[in-house]
Order: sequence, then C-alpha cells, then structure tokens
Amino acid sequence: MAEAEIIPLGARGRPGRGSGRRTTPSAAARSLASGVPKPRISGPRGPSASPEPAAQRDSAAPADELFVTGRHGEVGFDVAAALAWAAQEVFGDDWEKSLAEVLAFVRRRLTGEYTVDEFGFDAELTSQLTMAVLRPLAERWFRIDVRGIENIPAGSGALVVSNHSGTLPMDALMTSLVVHDHAHRHLRMLGADLVFRLPFVGEMARRSGATLACSEDAERMLDQGELVGVWPEGFKGIGKPFSQRYTLQRFGRGGFVSAALRTKVPIVPCSVVGAEEIYPLVGNIPSLARLLGVPYIPITPFLPWLGPLGMIPLPSKWLIEFGEPIRTDTYADGAADEPMLVFNLTDQVRETIQQTLHALLIRRGSVFS
Amino acid sequence: MGRVILVTGVSGYLGGSLARDLATDPDVDQVIGVDLVPPRQDLGPVRFVPADIRNPVIAKVIVGEDVDTVVHADVLPASGRGGSASSAKETNVIGTMQLLAACQKAPGLRKLVLRSSTEVYGASPRDPAMFTEDMSPKEVPRAGFARDALEVEGYVRGFARRRPDVVVTVLRQATLIGPTVDTAITRYFAYPAVPTVLGFDARLQFCHEQDVLGSLRVAVADDVPGSFNIAGRGILMLSQAIRRLGRPPVPLPSFAIAGVGSLLRSARLVDFPSDLTALLTYGRGVDTTRMREVLGFHPAFSTEEAFADFARTVLPGALSRERVARAENRLRGLHPEEIGHG
Repeated sequence: MAEAEIIPLGARGRPGRGSGRRTTPSAAARSLASGVPKPRISGPRGPSASPEPAAQRDSAAPADELFVTGRHGEVGFDVAAALAWAAQEVFGDDWEKSLAEVLAFVRRRLTGEYTVDEFGFDAELTSQLTMAVLRPLAERWFRIDVRGIENIPAGSGALVVSNHSGTLPMDALMTSLVVHDHAHRHLRMLGADLVFRLPFVGEMARRSGATLACSEDAERMLDQGELVGVWPEGFKGIGKPFSQRYTLQRFGRGGFVSAALRTKVPIVPCSVVGAEEIYPLVGNIPSLARLLGVPYIPITPFLPWLGPLGMIPLPSKWLIEFGEPIRTDTYADGAADEPMLVFNLTDQVRETIQQTLHALLIRRGSVFS
Repeated sequence: MGRVILVTGVSGYLGGSLARDLATDPDVDQVIGVDLVPPRQDLGPVRFVPADIRNPVIAKVIVGEDVDTVVHADVLPASGRGGSASSAKETNVIGTMQLLAACQKAPGLRKLVLRSSTEVYGASPRDPAMFTEDMSPKEVPRAGFARDALEVEGYVRGFARRRPDVVVTVLRQATLIGPTVDTAITRYFAYPAVPTVLGFDARLQFCHEQDVLGSLRVAVADDVPGSFNIAGRGILMLSQAIRRLGRPPVPLPSFAIAGVGSLLRSARLVDFPSDLTALLTYGRGVDTTRMREVLGFHPAFSTEEAFADFARTVLPGALSRERVARAENRLRGLHPEEIGHG
C-alpha cells in the first residue's frame, strides 16, 4: 500500500472562540456606540452615539441601559441591546455579520424552514452544530492525525468499513467529523436497531445522517451515491474488554460486502487507533445488561465510580487511516449471492484493517503522545 | 354500455368526493354510493343506497345493478367514524369480508380498488427507512386501525387469489392531510400546544386529499393490479411540522403518553391519537417508485406542500413565522417590519 500523506489537523486558518483577541467591556461599549447606525429602534444607541469617553461607560453602562422604555411604550429589558453587547463579547469585531448569520440560522430552526432527506438527515444542523461541537474534541483532545483521505471518492457512492472500539461509539462520530472536514462529505452511518430504540440517541442519530444497519437502507443510500459508514464488529467490537484491544472481532455476517457488491461501490477500509483507550472497559455486568436490554454495562477505571466525571474520555492520541478502496464493480452481477466470495472479501477487508492497526500502533508509540 | 361503479363509504368527505368525481366521467353510466348514514354533502348524480356492507344485502346491489368496479373506501380509523375502536373494527374487517363475499359471487365484476393505508407497515425502531410494497412490517401492529388495515389487506389478497379475473388494486395511502379533511392528525396539529414523545422525532409523510382522490381515480381508470404506496415526495419531521405551525411542542415521556393522553382527552384539551402513538414515536417512510413508474400517478403535492396547504387553514401558533422574523429583526437592530437577509 502506498504511504499515505499526513494531513495536519487543527490550523485551518480559522481562529476559534477564545483564541482571537479579547474584548474588554469598555471596548464593547465603544463599538456598540459607533457600530450600529440604525436609529429607528429605541434603546441605548441614541445617547451612546455621542462620543463620550469610554471610561465613563465602563462595564456597568450596558447593564444600565438595558432597561429602557421601548418604542411601543413597554418598559423592560432591551433584549436587542443586551444581545448586541453579548454578541460583541462572543463574536468579536465582525459581530454584526456573524450575529445575523446565527439569528437567521436560529430563525430557520424555530420555524422549521429546513429540509431533511428521506432518512431524516438534517444536513444544516449537522454541519453547523454537531460538527462544531465535535471539532474541538477531535483537534484538541484526541489530536487526530488523518491519513489516506484521498481514498475517499469525491462524489460517488462508497462504503467505509471501520473497526469499532471505545465502549461508546466515539470512533464513529470522530470518523464522520474527519470525513466532513477533510473530504467535505457527510458520512452516513449505519447503526444497530438499539440506537433507534433509545430516546434522544435515535433522534440525534437520524438527524446526523445515520440509518438502520439493514441491507435495504444500506443499498438505498449507496444507490443514491452516498458515502456510507459501517462498523461490522458492532457491539462485540465496541464492548470488548480492554485486554483485547486492537483485536478485530468477527465482521458480522458479511452483509456490508453484499450491499457493496449489489450496488457496485468500492469498499474503503478505515482503521482507527486511539479509541480503544478512551474508556478502558475492565468489567461488565451481564445480568444487569440483560435486564435493561442493552448489550453491556461498562465498568471502566472511572465509570461509574466518578459519576458524570467518568464520562470524560481519556485523551489518547488518535490516528485514522483510510486504506486503498477495494473495487467491487469487477465482479459479475450475481456475486452478492455467492457466499464464498462474500466471505473472502469480508476477510480481505478485515485483514487489511487488522494489519493497518498494527502498523499505526507502532507508528503512534505511546498512548497519550 | 358504460361502467357501473360502486363506492363504499360515501358519507365521508373523501368517499363522497370520489363518487361525485367518478360520476362526471362520460365512460361511467352510473355510480352507486353505499354507506350506513346519509351523506352530508350533495352527491350530485351519484345514486345513494343506504346499506350496511356487513349485511348480505350488499350482494343484491352488486349483482342486481351489474356493478363492474367496486371501490372500497370504507376502511377507516375509529376517529374517522366517531365510534369506538371495536365498532370501527367491526365495520372495517367484517364489512370487508361481507363485501368481498358479495364480490366473489358477482360474475360481472372486473375490478376491485381498495383504499388502504401505509399504517399496514406499522412503525418500530427496526423499520427500514423506506418501505417498498413487497416489505412486511417489522413489528406487526397488534391493535387499532393498523391491525384492521392489515387484516383487510389479507382478505383482499385472498379474494384476488380466488378471482384471478378481477383486477385488484390496493392503494396504501400515507397520512391524509389537507384543508378540508378532519382526521385525528389534523385535530392533533390544531391544538395550541402539541404533545410529542420525549426523545423521539418521527419522520412523517403526507398525502394531500387531492392526491388521495387523484390516485383512486387513476386506479379506477387504468388496469394496474398490485399494491402501491401513495405519498407526496419528501419527508417532514414531526418537530419540523410543529414548528412550521408555530406551535410549541410539549414533549412527554413515552410511558406517560397513555396516561396523560387519556387525561387530556377527557379534559377535552388535547387528543393524542392513540392509533398514531407508534407513528408519532418512530415515524415511517414509504418508497413511491412503483406509484410513479407502474401506476403512473404523480402527486400534485409534495409532503411539504401538502402540509403547507393544511397549515393555511389553522391559526398560526405562538411561535409563528412572522413573530420569529420580527424578533430576529429586533435582535439585529433592524426595524421589526424590515426584511432581513439570509
């Protein structure tokens, strides 16, 4: 396999919140005074438009002026002024444009003026919100190195097959973020039916583009040219004990290979190193798990002992490598119904990922490096 | 000689409209409308026969009038009949059995069209995103209208086997919506605050009343045997639909839905349609490729448009688009009535 290029993460020329210049309250008041020329709405801007010394209008000033008599005669808290002041704090200099964008986004969300696809995928929400929440985790906490991103086709259907680990499906979220940020595509995840039975989890999963891992849905998505992600180890992989880390479990029943063969899309093997260490699973309570109808109840060195604090993942160093695509369009039409071929292809994908995992582990060295 | 069509369930808005529409077709000699109660709307040239389809007398009508096409549009949820679930089941299932028994004895019958519902697919977390016509429900509905529709379809399949000379068309229509229909779901959306299931957001598909009629007309006019999903293009999430109405959702935990639902119902506050609990939790999507390509029917309304057409008729709620836009303008420091960008 050709040596993949290392693409550094993080610096994408976009200073994040908190990394830019700090704004002092007085500076906020000053630009509030001069930055908003609209005179029509009543509020603090009338008086503050006069070039008073900023020192007098220190941090207390906006708070004073937020209680005003409005144009319609209502006395109250001037939301506009408060928001403008807060916006200045949060967005910095370009606040008016950013705020307008945020407000338009909020308005669309509130009035339902967005579209979802037939699987319930909300592209706008995913790009604007979900990915933004995950990004700092990927860039700062796990410091993910991505390799072989060029193996993801630009516009056509493909099936990304990955190893699964980490007690909670953080690896799936991180892979989809990496694909979103580097390949500029949405990774449509296939999830177990448990995901869609759980409140909130199922709702979020559909919203961020996931659907049920069944051949009907997989083939439907692949036929539509989507980039589909599958974790064929399932709960056996994600819930395996820490002692078995980086040992691939059985790859389901090869259903993902059949789906790829039927839709003639390439299979992109994906190897994730780092997720095994985020919640080291040292124990399980099978009886309680059976009672609750979940595959396992995780016990990690911190969970449940530290309560919610135990939910903080360990900051392991992550490497994600996308391997060379395995073509399936060269096989004959009925290939998906040949069990031997499906088994062989499944093994090929599994072996590729297992070997890449070993190579990446050597490359990474220490866990938290 | 032209056709003689028998339509069941003509007292309802849709059955009545369909019967009246069919009667205007020059190829059609006569349309006979059957129902228990007299129709509320004027049926024009349709001959109304007050009859109970559960009664063998229906066979006399079918044979005596030499009916060649039967349109069974009388499989309805309890809320559509204003009765209890058990009486609705009686009419839906037993009525269909009697009707089919009569049809089997009618030598002149050429076609049977059943107005069914996508409720037959049930709704569960194990469902595929989009049901095609040859898929079966993952969790078979055990009660209510969905169960009735499933049983009715079973009897119709049996009839189709016994009378291979009859063209049998089953139209599984997605949730009916529109400005003039009054169903459990339109009443549900019209409440000032809409109860939802906490932690779940259902995918919904709607079928506009015009398209319900349109698809039935196509099935009567053309000979296309088989089952067809009928739905407008696209998907609307339940949360999105409620937001488009400007109504605040009231999420209730799923275990409280039944209790709170009956409480609110008895207080006449909110009617959480118990028939629709599964749908409003897990949602459902159906594939309409066969509808377009085999039946040759193209709905005039997408799911979004059908819902918008319905939304016109209900008063905007507390979080209406205008109010939100005005609030946005205020926050941006624009004049409230100004048109914002973006």
